[in-house]
Amino acid sequence: MKLTLRALLKSPWVFHLSTGSCNNCDIEILDCLTPRFDIERFGMLLAPSIKHADILLVTGSCNRKSVIRLKRLYEQAPKPCLVVAIGECSMSRGIFIHSYNCPLPLDKIIPVDAYIPGCPPKPEAIISGAVKLIQKIKGTL
Amino acid sequence: MTIVYLIIYGFLLTAVLGLIAAWIDRKITARIHYRVGPPFFQPLIDIIKLVGKETLIPKGASRAMFISAPVIGFASVVMVSALLWGSNNNLFSSFLGDIIVVLYLLSIPSISIMLGGFASGNPLARIGSSREMKLLLGYELPFVLAILVPVIKSGFSLKLGEIISFQAQNGAFATYASGILALIVCILCIQAKLGLVPFDCPEAETEIISGPMVEYSGTGLAIFRLMKNMLLFTLPFFLIILFLGGFKFSGITILYSVLKYIAFLLVITVIRNTNPRLRIDQAMKFFWGPTTGIAVIAVVLALLGK
Repeated sequence: MKLTLRALLKSPWVFHLSTGSCNNCDIEILDCLTPRFDIERFGMLLAPSIKHADILLVTGSCNRKSVIRLKRLYEQAPKPCLVVAIGECSMSRGIFIHSYNCPLPLDKIIPVDAYIPGCPPKPEAIISGAVKLIQKIKGTL
Repeated sequence: MTIVYLIIYGFLLTAVLGLIAAWIDRKITARIHYRVGPPFFQPLIDIIKLVGKETLIPKGASRAMFISAPVIGFASVVMVSALLWGSNNNLFSSFLGDIIVVLYLLSIPSISIMLGGFASGNPLARIGSSREMKLLLGYELPFVLAILVPVIKSGFSLKLGEIISFQAQNGAFATYASGILALIVCILCIQAKLGLVPFDCPEAETEIISGPMVEYSGTGLAIFRLMKNMLLFTLPFFLIILFLGGFKFSGITILYSVLKYIAFLLVITVIRNTNPRLRIDQAMKFFWGPTTGIAVIAVVLALLGK
């Protein structure tokens, strides 16, 4: 178990899911894959399917329609799987906090391992959040 | 003794070289994009990680086929590698028609991907598998025609060992006009066999989210990835045996052998990074049209002794 967990930290493949965000956070996630930031040097790849993923990146305010899909995707992800909340909306629902359509924040629905604040967070902030998440898991080894 | 060859040459040596090849491929891709690229052990770490992950079997899947498909493909790659190393290093006497066995075994990885895709029951995997099937029908014709060229050149010999020893005496087949044409056709065909970019419509990640692989997780995906990494070594090795006289391991020729392989890998990677993805009908037209034409010209030239 220890070896596979260590390997997981060196090649975390990410899957990104938008639960009704304004697309700004999604574009910042894709920025991390560009040559300027190049997260492949940490072994990260953008996984095409949730069955290949190790980290679930969630953006957006978790509206009623997408919560069902969010739960199904979390159940389909092969464990061990980590969840990262990106952007203000997924953490506290942002400006949609009083909306009838966004009943719960993300961490009341599925367990969240790391929060990256910002509206939208910079690519540097996302990479720094990922590095802190890896250090947090290493601390519990 | 056969089992020892299968384990040492077929699996261990090919897997190590294949993983190094996969790293070179990813690193060159990164450098073409002006990126830094992954560290050296990245392909190995990916596979160790995938083995440790949970294996999920979808509800509507055919369970036995879904689990055994990666193993079938992987086993055939191991057998091909053992056969190729055997004829290259004279480990055991090659039998009549081993080139035909290698051709058949090289199409089984594609078939195993298809079986896995159809067995998973996912609609995207089915689309990917049907594309893989069409692509297989497309590239097998020019590939077999192009492989006829070394067979004709070596005096209608169907033994890999005889093809290698013929080239050792009379020079590599790639120095003839027919050999060059056949080699170009073969490089295009192995690009499709490896599922790399101009012909990666079965696994189009941006379109049908990795096609037949979409339901695979954990160990199944790890075996499929290892199989593809090993094919990245085995297919160029097969072409080197047929057209460039195989690998030799005495003195300075080791360097020459390594350079041959690196040249092949570089060509494959550069083609993969400088081309857009073809639709399946364009790929079929490409293989059954100009590519088959070039292959037929190469066969005719070979029969004329050019």
